[in-house]
Amino acid sequence: MSYTGKFRVWRGDSEGGELKDYEVEVNEGEVVLDVIHRLQATQTPDMAVRWNCKAGKCGSCSAEINGMPKLMCMCRMNTFAEDEVVTVTPMRTFPVIRDLVTDVSFNYQKAREVPAFKPPADLKPGEYRMQQQDVERSQEFRKCIECFLCQDTCHVIRDHEENKESFSGPRFLMRIAELDMHPLDAADRQHAAQEQHGLGFCNITKCCTEVCPEHIKITDNALIPMKERVVDRKYDPIVWLGNKIRRRPA
Amino acid sequence: MTELERHSYDVVVIGAGGAGLRAAIEAREQGKKTAIICKSLFGKAHTVMAEGGCAAAMGNANSNDNWQVHYRDTMRGGKFLNNWRMAELHAQEAPDRVWELETYGALFDRTPDGRISQRNFGGHTYPRLAHVGDRTGLELIRTLQQKIVSLQQEDFEATGDYEANLKVYAECTITELLKDGDAISGAFGYWRESGRFILFEAPAVVLATGGVGKSFKVTSNSWEYTGDGHALAMRAGATLINMEFIQFHPTGMVWPPSVKGILVTESVRGDGGVLKNSEGKRFMFEYVPDVFRAQYAETEDEADRWYKDPDNNRRPPELLPRDEVARAINSEVKAGRGTPHGGVFLDVSSRLPAEEITRRLPSMHHQFKELADVDITAEPMEVGPTCHYVMGGVEVDPDTASSVVPGLFAAGEVAGGMHGSNRLGGNSLSDLLVFGRRAGMGAAMYVDGLGAARPKIDEADVDAAAADALAPFELEGGENPYTIHQELQQSMNDLVGIIRKEEEMEQALGRLSEFRSRIAKMTVEGHRQFNPGWHLALDLRNMLTVSECVAGAALMRQESRGGHTRDDFPGMNPEWRKKLLVCALDADGVVNVTEKEQIPMREDLLELFELDELKKYLTEEELPAT
Amino acid sequence: MRIGVILLFFIVYATIRIFMNKWYWVDAYHYLTPLYSPCVTSSCVEGSSHLGTWFGNFPRFLPFSLITFVVLAGFRGTCYYYRKAGYRSLFFAPAACAVPEPHKNYTGERKFPLIALNLHRYFFYGALVFGVLNIYDGVQAFHGDGGGFGIGLGTVIIWINLVMLWLYTLSCHACRHIVGGRLKNFSKHPMRYRYWTFVSKLNPKHGTFAMTSLFTVILTDFYIMAVSAGWFSDLRIIN
Repeated sequence: MSYTGKFRVWRGDSEGGELKDYEVEVNEGEVVLDVIHRLQATQTPDMAVRWNCKAGKCGSCSAEINGMPKLMCMCRMNTFAEDEVVTVTPMRTFPVIRDLVTDVSFNYQKAREVPAFKPPADLKPGEYRMQQQDVERSQEFRKCIECFLCQDTCHVIRDHEENKESFSGPRFLMRIAELDMHPLDAADRQHAAQEQHGLGFCNITKCCTEVCPEHIKITDNALIPMKERVVDRKYDPIVWLGNKIRRRPA
Repeated sequence: MTELERHSYDVVVIGAGGAGLRAAIEAREQGKKTAIICKSLFGKAHTVMAEGGCAAAMGNANSNDNWQVHYRDTMRGGKFLNNWRMAELHAQEAPDRVWELETYGALFDRTPDGRISQRNFGGHTYPRLAHVGDRTGLELIRTLQQKIVSLQQEDFEATGDYEANLKVYAECTITELLKDGDAISGAFGYWRESGRFILFEAPAVVLATGGVGKSFKVTSNSWEYTGDGHALAMRAGATLINMEFIQFHPTGMVWPPSVKGILVTESVRGDGGVLKNSEGKRFMFEYVPDVFRAQYAETEDEADRWYKDPDNNRRPPELLPRDEVARAINSEVKAGRGTPHGGVFLDVSSRLPAEEITRRLPSMHHQFKELADVDITAEPMEVGPTCHYVMGGVEVDPDTASSVVPGLFAAGEVAGGMHGSNRLGGNSLSDLLVFGRRAGMGAAMYVDGLGAARPKIDEADVDAAAADALAPFELEGGENPYTIHQELQQSMNDLVGIIRKEEEMEQALGRLSEFRSRIAKMTVEGHRQFNPGWHLALDLRNMLTVSECVAGAALMRQESRGGHTRDDFPGMNPEWRKKLLVCALDADGVVNVTEKEQIPMREDLLELFELDELKKYLTEEELPAT
Repeated sequence: MRIGVILLFFIVYATIRIFMNKWYWVDAYHYLTPLYSPCVTSSCVEGSSHLGTWFGNFPRFLPFSLITFVVLAGFRGTCYYYRKAGYRSLFFAPAACAVPEPHKNYTGERKFPLIALNLHRYFFYGALVFGVLNIYDGVQAFHGDGGGFGIGLGTVIIWINLVMLWLYTLSCHACRHIVGGRLKNFSKHPMRYRYWTFVSKLNPKHGTFAMTSLFTVILTDFYIMAVSAGWFSDLRIIN
């Protein structure tokens, strides 16, 4: 059950590069990453590709397959016709290092700008009590494997390099939502979401949700609720008035 | 002189998995300037693959649980070969380490009264594993990663530089440890991205590089698991123990071929999944060994009742320690009762309602759906043993995680002793936290003790390390490293696998020495910038050294125990329990294996066991006087 | 693209209908089109102002139903689903995932006028009021010819539309936030957690409800217009 598949892979570095055509053996049950590995082992030993677990758990092998941001390890070959050319290119939003490897340091920089979990002052380790229904929302966001496909596909930075400065991207806006919904987090995150991390850039076109390999409902469960929380604080005169009159526990 | 970038640190942690990050957090909190070096991106370490949970006797799910019970389970699981002091520290400190994670922001699944929920796992008497669905490892790594970030934010507040006291060097590989006399003076490596060399001057190095699974063909381990830490330690003069004990996880995927070996979490069995052969029979009842007979159910009815009423029923035999289950599956397949793709069936679909399966085992459901096109709520999985964990590793002092080399520490999978001959599921995540912290502390204390008298780097060593790293580019017309790697994996799998025979291991050692000369002559194409061929070539040397240890020690140990099963010596032998096999490199770089006596267990710990149980493991003279 | 055409069609259709200012009431069966509900000015045709007459005459160029339209269109215009659909199909920002967008600059919803989209929840409150009034209209529509109880095809259409409108309104993201989403601890508010869980179940289908209800509104209005204008007569089931 094996055939010769047609692959077109982007080869090059920060200086430039081009799509190169390869013919390579494809076997039953394989994924795109297997074929890339076979190329490495048989034809192009120096082809650069990032990967780790090969089981969709670490989020290393992000690339664009026929133009769609995907994990190479989770893209089965039987989703293509045998004579179909499979084009593999590096993530477009980040600068290329070599071949399929990109410089994703943007994401680590943004991660550092999100203030960490602020533990409640009055609880010691072992004294934390949280109900399952209260942690579930944040738990969904903590499924994130940081493959950065959502960051890659988000047009706010994909098509507008200049926005990278003031927009943290879906991954880190979701991180803010995760902390804001954490039952014991003691910090205020709503103003920062809008003012420092560019939540207002998001126009909820949901591509981040579409490409998420963990099927996290980034837009519906993190970004829109976060926008609504910001509306509470910034654009809701009734809440504003209420907060002026008395401090309400959330 | 070699062109390179130089950095100076108090503590350098090699490896950014759970143990490495926990060690770095500790070292930084002790006020030491710390570097973390990881082969891949920050947050991608193999710890993310841990699924089931983190064992800690918090007693949330069953209040009868305490550290003594956990200690007993750990010793039993390791067939009493464990370093008892490590097992003791581990059982005592694990709950604090888990609670600490909550203060870093971790969100474990909860009990109805709001505490951390705990689940059943093979070999654990009570539900003990703190978990988040079946992605506990991811939670752990992300939590530690975010704690690192929070420490960096503190440094930023104080100094204006995030990386002033704690910096992550991602996609950077260490190829050699440097010494000044006996003591560690630094580490030498290269950036994967550019291929440029990098030198860390540091008096203390913590190894947290994980395991050696990539030496085997069928493995649940990622490419990073090439035994770097094991080999670095040996080249620096440290010793390894217990290298013959390799854990084969009983349930890895067997189909499709490209994902062969990828783990199917033990939680599937903990939550009700059963193993069946091609005749539809629950075969595990026939494989309960005598030492465990009293704790495991004899009938399917009793086993099924246990899930609801664990206090009055015995556990199902599917939850025996991993080595037992792996061997049972191996025997069933060999007897011709395997599945079409050479495994057995693991069925949860007929045991739990579909929505319960997707709630409790979401990532397993996802993994089978996406990778194998199998819906585990509707059909059984096909599973078989896969190389999962190496019990052996750097011989360390239990309290400080220090190796025999001053300034060299090890924690996590790369350290040996804690798990004896077989690790219980869930004990690795707690191991990472407990001994990661102790290694960080040990390193900090060591640095404090040095004062101003820090070891110096010898430039000649740096030049030699650089020349070694570039050697694969020098030759032309040699073999491709990928070919040698595949053959090495095949040999280890076939000859030093689950069931071992003397003549096969001798054959393996013969092949390994052939590989040694082939590796010396292999060729790498291209240049130094992000060149996976070159990276593999450098890793191969480590894999070879580790494989030599595994095969050498396995040949020597003439008994079957835990992760070491000898066809020609099928039983456990109490005389061998007293012995550790120690691997070291001699002056010519050849692996030497020697015997060493175990330190006898402290009396108060010995008293935690019934005499009848001790008799199964210990020699007559080791038994406590009655 | 297809969605863009549908949206444009709706806007054109509704505008024409509103400025027609006739054929919105079927007196025999008490059918009132949702586009004209509530009809509470003295300019309303006789019978249609069953909620009473709250205002005097409205000039012809400013039909009262414009207020209805502004609220309902505002609710939809600021709706998170329509925003997504609109950005993709009308503004190509982006046209589809990973497809380059044709704009030189992009500032998102941070500046006027798009920042006004944050007012979604006020339109939601308004839509809730209209939703309640529509239920009243729906009850009125069980009216037989010459009085008493009756059901016609018009009644059925009105009720299908009503259900779709309510599903659309309740599945709204702002609604989900208001009923419970804004809380940090669900466990302290068990009732609101139940509302939130209910809305969360509807919410993933918000887009489907949005498009279906758009279609049913046009259908209902067209049907009532046709019956009112006498293009065809209502199919009666009971009386």
